[in-house]
Amino acid sequence: MGILHIIGGAVSILGALFLLLASIGLIRMPDVYNRMQTGTKATTFGTIMFLGGIGIATPSMATKLIILVLFIVLTNPVSSHVLARAAHFAGVPLADRSVTDKLAEHRAKEGVQ
Amino acid sequence: MGDLLFLIAGSIAILAGLLGLIRFVVGPTLPDRVVAFDVLTIITISVISLIAHVAGRIIYLDAAIVYGLLSFLGVIVVARYLERGL
Amino acid sequence: MIYFWVLTIVICAVMLGSAIMALYHKSLAVTVIAAGLVSLLASILYLILAAPDVAMTEAAIGSGLSTVMFFYVLRRMRGGENG
Repeated sequence: MGILHIIGGAVSILGALFLLLASIGLIRMPDVYNRMQTGTKATTFGTIMFLGGIGIATPSMATKLIILVLFIVLTNPVSSHVLARAAHFAGVPLADRSVTDKLAEHRAKEGVQ
Repeated sequence: MGDLLFLIAGSIAILAGLLGLIRFVVGPTLPDRVVAFDVLTIITISVISLIAHVAGRIIYLDAAIVYGLLSFLGVIVVARYLERGL
Repeated sequence: MIYFWVLTIVICAVMLGSAIMALYHKSLAVTVIAAGLVSLLASILYLILAAPDVAMTEAAIGSGLSTVMFFYVLRRMRGGENG
């Protein structure tokens, strides 16, 4: 108990609010690709702040938390990119209000699919 | 006081998980559900770290590290399945 | 501690709903992901019961390996996803 616990708890609440924001965006967005962008970026930042708050409160856990944050920062955007590409390949349609689709133009020009 | 703030943060994270579960149930296509599953995995990592902090045992974080590696594997497998390459 | 009791009850209810979804959904790929979600939540449950090694095994086998094997088999099936 001390000032470090209170600072860490405040940082963790801020990160949890970003996780809540990601979930609200996951419900309200109109499209697979928009949901993917919301569900990856906000979640990555929220998790970094959440684990950072825990690391401030208990410094003995800090090394494992740094390794965990490193894994998440390295793998989460890559998995989002791969899944967006696969969804476009599988023919999931874009939303009505989207204006451009460069990957479909590229595939039509190159003659791939 | 300090632990109360962490329990509030965990409650907000669990509420976020329940909201993400709605998209998992009603999502019209397979990539929707995979995105919702990815978000649920990240929230699970946060909740596991919170349990490790409240219980005061460092060994609990190993399960979170395993999830940090394996969520990547699951999404890659589904993407290869959708591209007909697996 | 009352907080973990409430967390356990919420996790058990969500696991029950996800298992029902894994049994009765039409598409087989959605079924496999719902089974992975059951294993994801069971891992938190084992961690609350103070068994971190069981939780680690559940994460590696239930959520990682079985999902990979199910999707491999699903691609190799003769009649496609519905056969």
